[in-house]
Amino acid sequence: MSELRLPAPPSRHLLSIADLERTDVERILDTAASLAGSLEREVKKLPTLRGRTVVNLFYESSTRTLASFELAAKRLSADTMSLRSSGSSVDKGESLKDTALTLAAYEPDVIVVRHPSIGAPQLVARLTDAHVVNAGDGKHQHPTQALLDLYAMREALGRLEGLHVAVVGDVLHSRVARSLVQALSLVGARSILVGPPTLVPRGIESLGCEVSHDIGAIAGADVVYVLRMQQERMGEAFVPSLREYTALYGIGPERVREGQVVMHPGPMNRGIEIDPRVADSPAALVTDQVRAGLVVRMAVLYDVLTVLPVEARERAGVA
Amino acid sequence: MLVGRNGRSDSLALEGRVVAPAQGIDESLRITVTDGVISAIEPCPVGHLVVAPAFVDPHVHLRTPGREDEETIRSGTEAAAAGGYCAILAMPNTDPVVDSASVLGALLDGARQEAVVPVGFMAAISKGQLGDELTEMAELAAAGAAAFTDDGRPVVSAGLMRRALQYSALTELRLALHCEEPSLSRGGHAHEGDVSAELGIGPYPSTAESLMVERDLSLAGAEERPLHLMHLSARESIAALDHALASGVAATGEVTPHHLVLTDEAVRSLDTNTKMNPPLRAADDREALRDALRRGAISCVATDHAPHARQEKDVPFEEAPFGVTGLETAFSALYTHLVLPGSLSLETLLERMSAGPARAFGLDEPRIEVGARANLVGVDLDAEWTVTEDGFRSLSANSWLLGETLRGRVVTTVADGRIVHEAAR
Repeated sequence: MSELRLPAPPSRHLLSIADLERTDVERILDTAASLAGSLEREVKKLPTLRGRTVVNLFYESSTRTLASFELAAKRLSADTMSLRSSGSSVDKGESLKDTALTLAAYEPDVIVVRHPSIGAPQLVARLTDAHVVNAGDGKHQHPTQALLDLYAMREALGRLEGLHVAVVGDVLHSRVARSLVQALSLVGARSILVGPPTLVPRGIESLGCEVSHDIGAIAGADVVYVLRMQQERMGEAFVPSLREYTALYGIGPERVREGQVVMHPGPMNRGIEIDPRVADSPAALVTDQVRAGLVVRMAVLYDVLTVLPVEARERAGVA
Repeated sequence: MLVGRNGRSDSLALEGRVVAPAQGIDESLRITVTDGVISAIEPCPVGHLVVAPAFVDPHVHLRTPGREDEETIRSGTEAAAAGGYCAILAMPNTDPVVDSASVLGALLDGARQEAVVPVGFMAAISKGQLGDELTEMAELAAAGAAAFTDDGRPVVSAGLMRRALQYSALTELRLALHCEEPSLSRGGHAHEGDVSAELGIGPYPSTAESLMVERDLSLAGAEERPLHLMHLSARESIAALDHALASGVAATGEVTPHHLVLTDEAVRSLDTNTKMNPPLRAADDREALRDALRRGAISCVATDHAPHARQEKDVPFEEAPFGVTGLETAFSALYTHLVLPGSLSLETLLERMSAGPARAFGLDEPRIEVGARANLVGVDLDAEWTVTEDGFRSLSANSWLLGETLRGRVVTTVADGRIVHEAAR
């Protein structure tokens, strides 16, 4: 094995936070911030991606991710279409490979993929010439969620470096937690995962975080990030009852201290992982996260279509 | 019982460094074969090849009957010939399952027509491999079964396992066990460890294997019956095997090339050809497997050659079936990754690929002696070759080595007195 390690060329895709460097994250967040300014104008549409085509390929249900990718593409004047697994040829048993090849025949510039299995966006990236953006694959990654969460934290708290974030709940089934912890570590923030031992996988510390099974560990955090109990991904009971889960790990008003902000990727199970009084309080950034989702996804589409290939060419010395 | 295509026996001569560890031979010799039988062995000048007793693979999926698009008796045995094998044992988890004398008889007839290399067919332990009722083991043994296994699935019920150990005493045949506790492996697609935690892949813990290994060794000890453990992957399983061997249990074990070479780090590629059952495990598991192979606690290298159609592996990781091919790459992969770096001696590798598996299943050991049927492999240790999708005799190309350049290549295989493979020069 050679000792020499060349820096990896920037990807033309956004598949995993693990593929990014700190400068990539900062560039995308800065692009998002400048796009947010333009959205305050009366006419909100920008001509930036006119003539480009963005296809959303969603194999799992989604409200905010799909809606914000559609709207993000439209605000940048791209042509966009969304394909859901139900009501398409997927219902007739068409494989992901064939669906991807079919869509590729229309020569889209970007394919946004959400899929219940890890590796689906990578497969689409391998099979097509489009730039692929991972909108959630299995329990693996949801990189645009992590980026929008960083954006919302930076807006609310003014910084990312040195922030302390407690991520609470069902880490085992959460692609949001995995992406977020990696992204926080990239930008110099500290994170701790808090949840019952059956929902926090052993070995997760290697992502660059601490682990605790005691809800008291959230006390020192600037941000309490509440994960959704993903009952739809659980084939069996990982906790004895939701009642006991809520008693031990539910985020109620008594567990949130003054000055902390509370985040949740949605959709929320009110009364289970988060008390409605917290969800509706000024400390909750839930709707800020949704707003951040739009500008960050605009920035990501802009980034994969413009910034990265140019840089890749420059670094390869062919520009 | 091993069955191959009937045909003439060949006459030939092979010379080179002859290495037959089980017989204590390591010298430059010329071996003359007349009508399929070794007729003369005499000293000769140092030659180019290494010549050894041909290999025996105790764990191959020929996918026949049912999935002849993935492998047939002909293509699978051609692949075996190209890999240097003179005998292979085929698994019964086909469609239909090999659980009756009629299915077994049809396979043996097929092998008489098609098998380039002699094949033994294992029969199921339980009817339909459902784990409920024993197969008619005495009749299956009389009809020519090579051993019994429910491979692909564990025998979940300890009660049925015990009864299988007891009843199989009516036959001379071994039970070969796929050890997996399903309540621990359910939803698992990769070894439970840092990699599965980081990637969010459903975890398949080591204890899913080792718990079943411990149970079965304990039952075999109590029943005083022999037992073969298939495709061992976890260091906890090796510890259990060592313990059982020390207390006199007649257990044998096998390990695959992929478990000896790779770790779960390979899964980060999300390449579906790094997905197998049991899964690739951690570096210390791999070291325990290598150590057990060196010591002989594990006496067999087995490929667990598991062909899959391209469309079944061309899917996201968690949707892909378990298994990779291995017959055509086993020797070269282990020579490149274990022998050359000094982790395993060539002699030990050759022994664990030939005499070891033959002994574990009561087959005739391929031997280099005057009067023996010729079962020989000629290997060019200096040859370099690249594994490519279109280079396989197997009908499937789901290899974990695609694109890799390997050292050492099988150039000649003689199985049961016939030349079954000669590499183009």
